Amino acid sequence: MTTALDSVITPELIREHGITPDEYEKIKQLLGGREPSLTELGIFSVMWSEHCSYKSSRVHLKRLPTHSRRVLQGPGENAGIIDIGDGWACAFKIESHNHPSFIEPFQGATTGVGGILRDIFTMGARPVAVMDSLRFGPISATKGAQTTQAEIHKNHSILEGVVSGVASYGNCFGVPNLGGETKFEPCYSGNPLVNAFALGLVRKDQIFYAKAAGVGNPVIYVGAKTGRDGIHGATMASEEFSEASEAKRPNVQVGDPFLEKLLLEACLEAMQTGAIVGIQDMGAAGLTCSTCEMGARGKVGVEIEMDRVPQRETGMNAYEIMLSESQERMLLVAQKGREDEVYRVFQKWGLDAVEVGRVIAENTMRVLEHGKVVAEIPNEALTDDAPVYKRPLARWEPPVAREMPENIQLGSSDDFTAQLQQLLASPNICSKRWVWQQYDHMVQTNTVEAPGAGDAGLIRIKGSNRALAMALDGNGRWCYLDPKLGAMHAVAEAARNVACSGATPVGATNCLNFGNPEKPPIMWQFSQTIDGLTKACEELEIPITGGNVSLYNETLGEGIYPTPVLGVVGILEDVHKAVRPDFQTAGQAIVLLRGSEPGDATDAEIEFGSSEYAKEILGALWGYPPELDIEKEAALQKALVELAEAGLAASAHDCSDGGLAVALSESSFVQGIGFKVDIKSAGLPAECLLFAEDASRVVISCDQASLSRIQQLAAKYGLAAEVLGETVSGQIEIKIDGRTVVSTGVEELRNAYEGALETALRTEVGV
Amino acid sequence: MKAYVYVSLKKSVLDPQGKTIQGALKKMGVKGLADVRQGKFFELTLDGGLNRGEAEAEVARIARDVLTNPVIEEFRFSLEE
Amino acid sequence: MKFGVLIFPGSNCDHDAFWTIQQVAKQPVTFLWHESHDLQNCDAIIVPGGFSYGDYLRTGAIAKFSPVMESVRKFADGGGLVLGICNGFQILCESGLLPGALTRNVGLKYVCKPVHVRVENNDTPFTNACRVGDVLTIPIGHMDGNYFCDDSTLAELKRDQRIIFRYATPSGEITEDANPNGSLENIAGICSPGRNVLGMMPHPERASESELGGTDGFRIFESLVGAMAAR
Repeated sequence: MTTALDSVITPELIREHGITPDEYEKIKQLLGGREPSLTELGIFSVMWSEHCSYKSSRVHLKRLPTHSRRVLQGPGENAGIIDIGDGWACAFKIESHNHPSFIEPFQGATTGVGGILRDIFTMGARPVAVMDSLRFGPISATKGAQTTQAEIHKNHSILEGVVSGVASYGNCFGVPNLGGETKFEPCYSGNPLVNAFALGLVRKDQIFYAKAAGVGNPVIYVGAKTGRDGIHGATMASEEFSEASEAKRPNVQVGDPFLEKLLLEACLEAMQTGAIVGIQDMGAAGLTCSTCEMGARGKVGVEIEMDRVPQRETGMNAYEIMLSESQERMLLVAQKGREDEVYRVFQKWGLDAVEVGRVIAENTMRVLEHGKVVAEIPNEALTDDAPVYKRPLARWEPPVAREMPENIQLGSSDDFTAQLQQLLASPNICSKRWVWQQYDHMVQTNTVEAPGAGDAGLIRIKGSNRALAMALDGNGRWCYLDPKLGAMHAVAEAARNVACSGATPVGATNCLNFGNPEKPPIMWQFSQTIDGLTKACEELEIPITGGNVSLYNETLGEGIYPTPVLGVVGILEDVHKAVRPDFQTAGQAIVLLRGSEPGDATDAEIEFGSSEYAKEILGALWGYPPELDIEKEAALQKALVELAEAGLAASAHDCSDGGLAVALSESSFVQGIGFKVDIKSAGLPAECLLFAEDASRVVISCDQASLSRIQQLAAKYGLAAEVLGETVSGQIEIKIDGRTVVSTGVEELRNAYEGALETALRTEVGV
Repeated sequence: MKAYVYVSLKKSVLDPQGKTIQGALKKMGVKGLADVRQGKFFELTLDGGLNRGEAEAEVARIARDVLTNPVIEEFRFSLEE
Repeated sequence: MKFGVLIFPGSNCDHDAFWTIQQVAKQPVTFLWHESHDLQNCDAIIVPGGFSYGDYLRTGAIAKFSPVMESVRKFADGGGLVLGICNGFQILCESGLLPGALTRNVGLKYVCKPVHVRVENNDTPFTNACRVGDVLTIPIGHMDGNYFCDDSTLAELKRDQRIIFRYATPSGEITEDANPNGSLENIAGICSPGRNVLGMMPHPERASESELGGTDGFRIFESLVGAMAAR
């Protein structure tokens, strides 16, 4: 075999590929002392990019708990898999598409959804739900923030683009979108976060892995043709943004949801033939990544011929073909002699399926172009031997006061109706109806809990009594104030949301969005976050089965808040016992179930600085996130599951952003059932009682007759169960120690809550 | 030979996209604008097997039967050697 | 008595309709592949929701040329029962089985939410289990559901009482606010002159089980089963 591994590598080229001089030396060593060819340099640059190699994060990620008796597949595959009983398993994962979504919001979001869906069905699972965690810069003038009109404009158009991208892809593909979260903070102005989650169902004995095997077996390329799109997408996601980034627009890939739908049906059908040995999608780093990873996992090699790869454009060379990130493509290994069974299925669905290479015995990735070898790299050099950095850490303090500023006075007002209304209409709390109404959340007819009202999305599993609950949560502001505690809260809240529906949380996936890891304070934030996730997941017995790390989320040197986003999945044994988040009828008792002890006035003031109230109403940020007793949190979640099992609660809704007053209000909106409650002050200022965001609290409603049993159950778990009042028709009234502090109608608050986002967007026609 | 086919909504059909763009332009302070209508544009590359007359007939057929819905849309096209 | 559910490559509500017929209505049902002319002796055909062939050109624009639609056209001409849901309605209009067209929503966005529709005529195989004036809560999920037809067609639809569903308030008033997509006269569903073909934008299969939040949509399937038994 002839080779064309001549090198023309200059220091300039090395730099352009984001490879350091030390890394280049290592490449030469791994290649047995020779210089790489240009194609090889390109391959190393994408596989060794932060995005693909996790070179900065890997040493820390190892600390995460990844096992339980239910985990069938942990991190390292396309998605994690959990055993959910009755022979069923669910595959799920969350992944970021932040950088592409900033450069071209619509396409960036579509390809983000497309990528995560392929990760799921490449494992043999049919996607049954997606969710998204979205973060943008402010879309309206915010108190205390210096956001220019031009930035608001830009944020608005990014939001519009991302939401319609998510909608267009998922709606056409035919997977329900169960919501997620949409948050706004100034730090995301130049760096929006688009984290897409997907979950699929698979029979336990029909899981597929991304592993090549069987020397001589054909390697088959299926799906869309390869074009020049997205070349170096993975390296782009591993750099900070500069003003020149916008010029990178042509790099952005374009998604085709219809093709993906065909690919889904064809792949699942082809898997049924039994002729497929292994399969992996071509995501970041396209053909390169799938080729070397499948070989490495199977301890074999893959040889592919460029001339056979279906191409959309003419004149593409090996470098471009290997690095292209064209969407909707898969690579699979079939059993020799049974190729035709695979081809028949893809032909039925009108898709390209072409043999592009074969499995070889050497643990090597070999690329041929016009019969010559243009790249020959040991698989390990691209995977296990990729650089791993123990980057320096430096303890970091956010530049905010820890004590409450002196100019702020709590407890000086005696009516908070207007503040409650304002908070309900604030961007982070208001209804995201404008977002999720653009998503088909009902297709597949499994949606029991739609987005909007609920803390978690809930889908039934057809043919079984079970249901799956899922929730995404994260709080960047809290992680900024205290990365470890903030990360623990993210786990606790996502799991609590799942538990509110009555489901037992059984697994999690994480998307870790951070700034530049070469800066020691950022790396410290990352390390702290991992410690927090580890602690919370261990205590709550929720293994992390996979996820994604997105670093370099900085524009012009300005980093985002450290933002871990957690996706937690739970199992509800009987779908008919699902607990709704909203009040059902008037005349029921309202109980605050809480694991946390109310602190003293000084603690309350310090923690209050991290609340939405401080941000929105006071325009200030100080202090620490609320304290979290993770053992009490675990007890609370167990109690919620037992409450549901016993059918004792008519509704359960988590107290989170905006605190108790917001949680009560949100519970009232769906059915128009209001409430009358009286809170004991215990010496705390009214703002803290109404709006503080203490952890481990859930508002439940129940029949008066169930009260004593609920209190017994709470006592068993060491929780407080304080009766606050009762549900009433249409009215909202909150008293503190018998004195009225909020008095209004459900309708007034609901209008403020539901119309706020639409109003903010309408006043600003995108240009 | 290339065929350029323009498809637009009939005048009698409401064009919400055009209206929205017009509204945005107005807000930007654009002057002298009376109306905006949005449509679709198709570029067909013919393989050279047809003469001009045949090409015209074929393109018209494609435009009428496939590219437009006659209930709401109309089309025009041009050919270029 | 057998139902057939069409599958185009981009159909995504095909399995939902199948499930409702098989598991809720407990009727025999089979899938019909788009490339086949064979309707397998089905007595009623469902054209399900989704994105038929990607719908990049226009919704349903390519589907009308499919082999299966050729057979459906003949089947309908012979009086066969055809129910088009959402994308199915769009395909039936494109194919000329129903008049008019479904254009981009006035709000320019995809809208997924439960809506209220008023039953305008119960003298059809699809609504005989309803009363005129009943208000049904059934979800919609579409980007192109804005029904349009010319004046003479509209006059004809009205004269022949072929407007079957209109978007309404919960109490049954026909108002602009109740119209989710800008449809002419709040039209949510119409039928053919022979009343054997119905197209509707709302998804009755999404409102056929109480676990999913409501069963109003099941009245359509109930009606069909009744009509088929009576035939």
